[in-house]
Amino acid sequence: MTHGTPDISVLAEDAEPSTAERGEFTALERRLLNDFQRDFPVSERPYAELADRLGVSEAEVLGALGDLTRRGVVSRVGPVFRPRTIGVSTLAAMAVPGTRLEAVARVVSEFEEVNHNYEREHEFNLWFVVTAPSEARLAEVLTEIEARTRLPVLDLPLEHAFHIDLGFRLW
Amino acid sequence: MVTAAGAGLKTLERELVGAIQAGLPLAPRPYAEIADRLGVDEPTVRARVRDLLEAGVIKRLGVVVRHHELGFVSNAMVVWDVPDDRVEAIGRALGEAEGVTLCYRRPRRPPHWPYNLFCMIHGRERESVRAHIEALRAQTPGLRDVAHAVLFSGRRFKQCGARYGEPGLARASVEGHDHG
Repeated sequence: MTHGTPDISVLAEDAEPSTAERGEFTALERRLLNDFQRDFPVSERPYAELADRLGVSEAEVLGALGDLTRRGVVSRVGPVFRPRTIGVSTLAAMAVPGTRLEAVARVVSEFEEVNHNYEREHEFNLWFVVTAPSEARLAEVLTEIEARTRLPVLDLPLEHAFHIDLGFRLW
Repeated sequence: MVTAAGAGLKTLERELVGAIQAGLPLAPRPYAEIADRLGVDEPTVRARVRDLLEAGVIKRLGVVVRHHELGFVSNAMVVWDVPDDRVEAIGRALGEAEGVTLCYRRPRRPPHWPYNLFCMIHGRERESVRAHIEALRAQTPGLRDVAHAVLFSGRRFKQCGARYGEPGLARASVEGHDHG
């Protein structure tokens, strides 16, 4: 899902904090968001299993998850892969003069290999993740970005992951 | 598509990764739908998914939320310059700390970039994120006196899932904050 889909109201209100605190989620939605970030059943009817645990119907679970996905709150129900197991990737950073930031960000975002591209408050103010099928293509993308922007790119590939991803407690 | 890093995966597993990376179908029998797409039977799909979980290729399987849309709009990348001989111990401690959503070792790039340990903290506002970082410094042995920087996120210019070059695939393997 590309960020910024215009019909999603929560995305349009980036400046407004605490969608969750405003009570915009039903009890069922809150439990789906908080309690099922891992250990999704690998069974014939996994959503029916969730429904049993929640005391609702399978159709209600599917309906709620579909709705949360359309609202952009849920990215997907599915896997989070360990980085660099099914492709190669790196975290890259650039120190961009403030007046050029938007234009440089636009060039970077044009690459389909770039999947996150953020401003951060630092001398290195543009941070993006590049993911590619091969090391060769990854290096090529970084070189092309340097050539097109005439700015150096810091290449900061992951060397070791210490964190075990258990999901994120929301409430 | 075979990749350098993915070369260890068998063909069916690679196809399966491609078929599920954008998410499981929101349908009563999601694994059966995947099986139909791949031309294999449903128990095979479930067995291979279990293999990928067991091998750690899939870190977790479940609801993947978007923090920002849930009100966690303040997101700080905290970077530390930790002595090389202590990075393993400190990284492990930090990675297990409450509220740390990522913890990675990355290379230094002197003279511009002296930091070798990265972690991510999400919060509903900056003050709570700052307090959280101070608590981490106080409670994690070895972190109190090392140079660090806090990089709060600003505008999101692009956020979508990773693409690994599988034809016809749209998105979504790496989580929103999961910096490869």
